[in-house]
Amino acid sequence: MSQSFLQVQQLAKRFASKQETLTVFEQANFTIEKGEFVCIIGHSGCGKSTIMNTLAGLDVPTEGVVIMDGREVSGPSLERGVVFQNYSLLPWLSALDNVMFGVRARWPQWSKEEVRTHSLRYLTMVGLQGVEQRKPAQLSGGMRQRVSIARAFATQPKLLLLDEPFGALDALTRGVIQDELVNICAETHQTVFMITHDIDEAILLSDRILLMSNGPGAVIAESVVVDLPKPRKRAEIIHHPGYYTIRNHLVEFLVKRSKTFTKNSASDEFPISVNPLSVNRLNTKESSPLDQTVIDQTPVEQSSPSHHLVNA
Amino acid sequence: MRSLDIRAWVLSLTFLVIVLGTWEIAVQVPEQTEAQSEYELLMGGAEQEARIPPPSAIAVRAWEELSNPFYDAGPNDKGIGIQLGYSIYRVLSGFFLAVIIALPVGFLIGMSPLMYRALNPYIQLLRPISPLAWMPLALFVIKDSETSAIFVIFICSIWPMLLNTAFGVANVREDWINVARTHELSPLRTAFTVILPAAAPTILTGMRISIGIAWLVIVAAEMLVGGTGIGYYVWNEWNNLDLTSVIFSILMIGLVGMLLDLMLTAATKLVQYEE
Repeated sequence: MSQSFLQVQQLAKRFASKQETLTVFEQANFTIEKGEFVCIIGHSGCGKSTIMNTLAGLDVPTEGVVIMDGREVSGPSLERGVVFQNYSLLPWLSALDNVMFGVRARWPQWSKEEVRTHSLRYLTMVGLQGVEQRKPAQLSGGMRQRVSIARAFATQPKLLLLDEPFGALDALTRGVIQDELVNICAETHQTVFMITHDIDEAILLSDRILLMSNGPGAVIAESVVVDLPKPRKRAEIIHHPGYYTIRNHLVEFLVKRSKTFTKNSASDEFPISVNPLSVNRLNTKESSPLDQTVIDQTPVEQSSPSHHLVNA
Repeated sequence: MRSLDIRAWVLSLTFLVIVLGTWEIAVQVPEQTEAQSEYELLMGGAEQEARIPPPSAIAVRAWEELSNPFYDAGPNDKGIGIQLGYSIYRVLSGFFLAVIIALPVGFLIGMSPLMYRALNPYIQLLRPISPLAWMPLALFVIKDSETSAIFVIFICSIWPMLLNTAFGVANVREDWINVARTHELSPLRTAFTVILPAAAPTILTGMRISIGIAWLVIVAAEMLVGGTGIGYYVWNEWNNLDLTSVIFSILMIGLVGMLLDLMLTAATKLVQYEE
């Protein structure tokens, strides 16, 4: 196997008490290539945020390792930028100072002017020229999240981690910022790992979507390839013939199979790679009852949740 | 809003006039109805009872004192400005000594649960002690009444600052700490660029409580140690049976206390942030 940019191997998080051990998730294995945009979707409590915090180096897993660029992740680093769900801007600093805070930490040897110019460039990139002197409290939720995104991009991390970045925004603002994110990622070829609850958002942005089964004892069940042409536009992508095939596959998993998904045996390897737009499975493993499920739902049989579970 | 301000002013002034007017009338010497004996005339009236001086007398005294606040005519006769100056000097010295100790120790306690648990019993034991109870010990150890007064101010103003600093530091939002961590800030830079500004409003509130307590305590402390200061001045005028000066200096104590509080409030506004 060639070395992927990011490798997550056998990650697990367990909380041990005297009576029992609670496994939040286990056997989390996945890779991310350079320039790839990967989303992870799953119900609350499946451990998405823990996986993200582990990638960021803010949390320590019970088992397993994360290897980025050939080195094990052992703590937070500027190589991995994080955009938190609640923006996490420092409220006593202006928008510009918040971005400069990150830039100064990244390049301590830079002059004040260099830091300023660089930070302003990224604020402009997210469309915030003119309000850079405002404090976060004087900005709308969407603007705050833009500052947060600018701060993360400005430090030019090798991997960008987004924790439900648009969760707290209204639908219109969310759409606008999603489009901006599409453009920025196309320009910068940023490698991104993102948590989301929004299926459409995931399809719009991702190259690949990781689906988690429900916790406790969650696993990353599937890795769904989003084989739609790029660059994508929110308005146009929904007319692509493959859009609903992918969407239905995701909905079907989240609504039905995520609850009942269980490992058939310890030897099963997760996630199973699925490309809803191609009938051929990408992995070459011999079919097991579970793989059967995957094949069964690939036909373009739109929005009619049928009897896959019976087959399984 | 504007009209509310004006109405509040008018009402304040009305209360002032009513209170001062009642006071002025209540303490008037009653009219002499009977003819006075020669002795009574010599003594300036039949009224035996000493009365609280009227506001008018206090206003006259205030005018005299404030028009020449810095005169110095020997140890028992110094201007009100000099006496207040001594008190403010002692309060600020003790207060800033306390800042120097309370901020680092507060940071330590706030950042380390271990240190918090180790030091908390002592803080809880020492905090409720009346600062004046330290005075005999301070006088014995320091052997200087001036420095002892400063020590008493130090010991009374350290606790609110210490506890508020520790509380502010311990309650900095986890997210902001995570921002510092993901930006690979050193512990020292995290302390100065994230924790200090985040905790600053809480710390300043502690300082404001401290300086209020310090100003309360300095009057009592100076009554004990004597020599100089506004506390000594009040007690000295009481010994002189000069109630006009006593009331005047009481008002001055209130005024200076208010100014100290306003200064700290202004400083708090500078570091206040909106989330």
